[in-house]
Amino acid sequence: MTRDTNTAGSIHVGGADVRAPRSRSPFRQVISALLHDKLALVGILLVLVFILAAVLAPLIAPQNPYDLSQLDILDGRLPPGSQSMNGMVYLIGTDHQGRDLLSAILYGLRTSILVGISSAAIALVIGASIGLMSAYAGGRLDAFLMRVVDIQLSFPAILIALIFLAILGQGVDKIILALIVTQWAYYARTIRGSALVERKRAYVDAARSMALPDRRILFRHILPNCLPPLIVVATMRVAYAIMLEATLSFLGIGLPVTEPSLGLLISNGFEYLLSGDYWISFFPGLILLLLIVAINLIGDSLRDILNPRREG
Amino acid sequence: MAHPILSISNLNTSFRVGGEWRNVVRDVSFDIRPKETVTVVGESGSGKSVTAMSIMRLLPPASSRVTGRVDFEGKNLLDLPLDAMQSIRGNRIGMIFQEPMTSLNPVLKIGRQITEVLVQHRGMSHTEAEAEAVRLLEKVRIPSAKSRLNEYPMNFSGGMRQRVVIAIALACDPKLLIADEPTTALDVTIQAQILELIKALQEEEGMSVLFITHDMGVVAEISDRTVVMYRGEAVETGTTRQIFAGAKHPYTRALLSAVPQLGSMTGLDRPLRFPQVDMTTGGIQPVRPTADTVRRDAAPILNVDGLVTRFDIRRGFLRRTVGRIHAVEGVSLQLRQGETLSLVGESGCGKSTAGRSIIRLTDAKSGTIEIDGKNVLEAGRSQLADIRREAQMIFQDPFESLNPRIRIGDAIAEPIVIHGLADAAEAKERVAELLERVGLSASMADRFPHEFSGGQRQRVCIARALALEPKLIIADESVSALDVSVKAQVINLMLDLQEKYGLGYLFISHDMAVVERISHRVAVMYLGEIVEMGPRRAVFENPQHDYTKRLMAAVPIADPSRRQMRRISNDEIGSPFRPVDYVPPKRSYRQAGEGHFFQVA
Repeated sequence: MTRDTNTAGSIHVGGADVRAPRSRSPFRQVISALLHDKLALVGILLVLVFILAAVLAPLIAPQNPYDLSQLDILDGRLPPGSQSMNGMVYLIGTDHQGRDLLSAILYGLRTSILVGISSAAIALVIGASIGLMSAYAGGRLDAFLMRVVDIQLSFPAILIALIFLAILGQGVDKIILALIVTQWAYYARTIRGSALVERKRAYVDAARSMALPDRRILFRHILPNCLPPLIVVATMRVAYAIMLEATLSFLGIGLPVTEPSLGLLISNGFEYLLSGDYWISFFPGLILLLLIVAINLIGDSLRDILNPRREG
Repeated sequence: MAHPILSISNLNTSFRVGGEWRNVVRDVSFDIRPKETVTVVGESGSGKSVTAMSIMRLLPPASSRVTGRVDFEGKNLLDLPLDAMQSIRGNRIGMIFQEPMTSLNPVLKIGRQITEVLVQHRGMSHTEAEAEAVRLLEKVRIPSAKSRLNEYPMNFSGGMRQRVVIAIALACDPKLLIADEPTTALDVTIQAQILELIKALQEEEGMSVLFITHDMGVVAEISDRTVVMYRGEAVETGTTRQIFAGAKHPYTRALLSAVPQLGSMTGLDRPLRFPQVDMTTGGIQPVRPTADTVRRDAAPILNVDGLVTRFDIRRGFLRRTVGRIHAVEGVSLQLRQGETLSLVGESGCGKSTAGRSIIRLTDAKSGTIEIDGKNVLEAGRSQLADIRREAQMIFQDPFESLNPRIRIGDAIAEPIVIHGLADAAEAKERVAELLERVGLSASMADRFPHEFSGGQRQRVCIARALALEPKLIIADESVSALDVSVKAQVINLMLDLQEKYGLGYLFISHDMAVVERISHRVAVMYLGEIVEMGPRRAVFENPQHDYTKRLMAAVPIADPSRRQMRRISNDEIGSPFRPVDYVPPKRSYRQAGEGHFFQVA
């Protein structure tokens, strides 16, 4: 016998006995599974802390980094724990303009998260609609849309974003737009794949044979069943969008200096890194790292939970 | 009496589910003597496959626990170290599984897969192994074996693949062959061939066989002694004749009474319900005869004339059409209200495509279809919606045909609300009513499909199909995936509903025995064409067409006293694939009795 080892995996234990508890919606089951995964829980808590910090930045930041009247150029590049002339303590130091780095990071986090989430969300809606339409319509429209997606995906995202921003100029709205343009194709491709599978399943035939309208079949029957992979892609993509924005800002073409994001803060400190003033780049970098890792932890766990072939 | 070759005593198997251990097989004991075939029969979840897996120690050690004794050739298999077990598996005990495609490696040539075993286990050289492989393939009656060594599994049909798997299992001259549902995925004529083959090989090789199946017909056909399993326990063990003649345990009696037997309807014109067995006393309740539901006075609810459905096969960069699948070719039929017309045939005969074409889930190429006098193929969007309200479909797989993310109450209410038959509140009442109608309780409306068993899900599907008050139901293999006892209940339900609402059923099935039970009329399909059609009694008692006769002969009969050594041809089922320029021949039919026609050329 050539196949002894891999047969055992496909046993269904005890038939009817093993069944989920009564009437919990699939959504609630995912949430509860997520909360039972320790790593995911760490990720969720971290992301929540970051979001909270970003939202409450104006209230909790010791200083408004945009208000030039609060800054003192003489406080520039103070190491962590230094005290200002006016008695304020810079917990993690200041940058070259004398801004309290903690405040700058809190405000920067605001921009980064806003850009990341909104671009990913809008790209998801656009990409998912196009992908769904493509799969359901099939034929030429499908072929055309998917070639557009192919072309889009064959360019590095950063290149497209660069070209876009070079034309449009700087600004939060513009970078969001650039990120949407670079990302919708991923969603479109992902959902088309799963929609093509779902479309062939018998419950869609059943819906068609009950003469339900196409729109309803598409959005109420096919879409919810395509969501699992889409959600996983979306979480990962939020992290990617934040990173891309940071990269662009680091290169100096993303956000204007007046609206610093984490990337811009890292870039600001970059030139002082070799002269020993590590903290200007280090702390924004650390926060960016934590944020990305936290989101990825959630994404990884979601991928495991939503995988239909998962064991158990 | 000969010393048993395999002796199982007090076998217990538990699985860890979540944090707790769940006992799936409890105190199972039986012996297999030399050259004997022992069948373990039971429904899904009865633990029959787990028993086989436990004997072979194929269960994952981390999440399972097996206790008891399994004595084989003087050794307790459960105590052996894994590498010693490894040398018994394949060498002394061969195994074949249900799905032949997954048992073969799709990217390796057939010859390679057989010689590999021979080189590894029997230490042959490559040339010796090749010659032996040819001998083995010939042994399992694969025509022109030598030339097929260099082919891949995908070039083999399902039946041929299962033969290859059997050849591999035989490669090392096993003393015992364990066959886990080896014919379940196969068509009935192919199943008959494989059963014949296993019986013949057993005699030639002098091996014992442990055969696992859910099909009482197969049991009667092949087994010397039978172990009936129910919820993890062996409830009854005895010779097959004893069990069929006078089963003692209520479950066995229930199982046997639910088994449709070909020929049991001889002399009856109308469909017949299955008897129900009281599970505590084992008493069989009398069967209520069905009323005459066929409305001969009214115009037929369904009228199909010359239906043709073909699929283009395109290949290459330019997607040129290289051939066509003639799935449905010139099918004509009528169905009255209150009547059940069965479309029977084997896989690929076009019966499902015909059903789907009738309500335009698949586009037909030509022909006319009228449902309640309305032309289906020429209907516009809104007309089609009206038509589909009158003709509902129930699908084969109740796990697939319900959207897993919608509560079943909402799923049933959906068509009612969308078609404006009732508002949301009234729809809720209708749902409760429908659920009770199909034998579920109204409180189940809040549950999701995964919380139901297969039979319950199929009831939900029936309730949903009834929601629009259709006159015609197309049931595409609707009971094929269900366990026998559940199957019997669902068929009884369908007969009840037919009496109550005068439904017309187009019952699409490969299962001759079920068809005999439920139909008024039968149409036999082969390669896209109807080869014989007529009243059920006429077709079953006096089949005319060769294919119909072959189909009937292949059905295993759940009665060991009627076992016959049948000579079954090794023909494979033909393919409806045709070249682009193929012109289907003109068919002529001859009449054999009132309303009974068969194809002559």
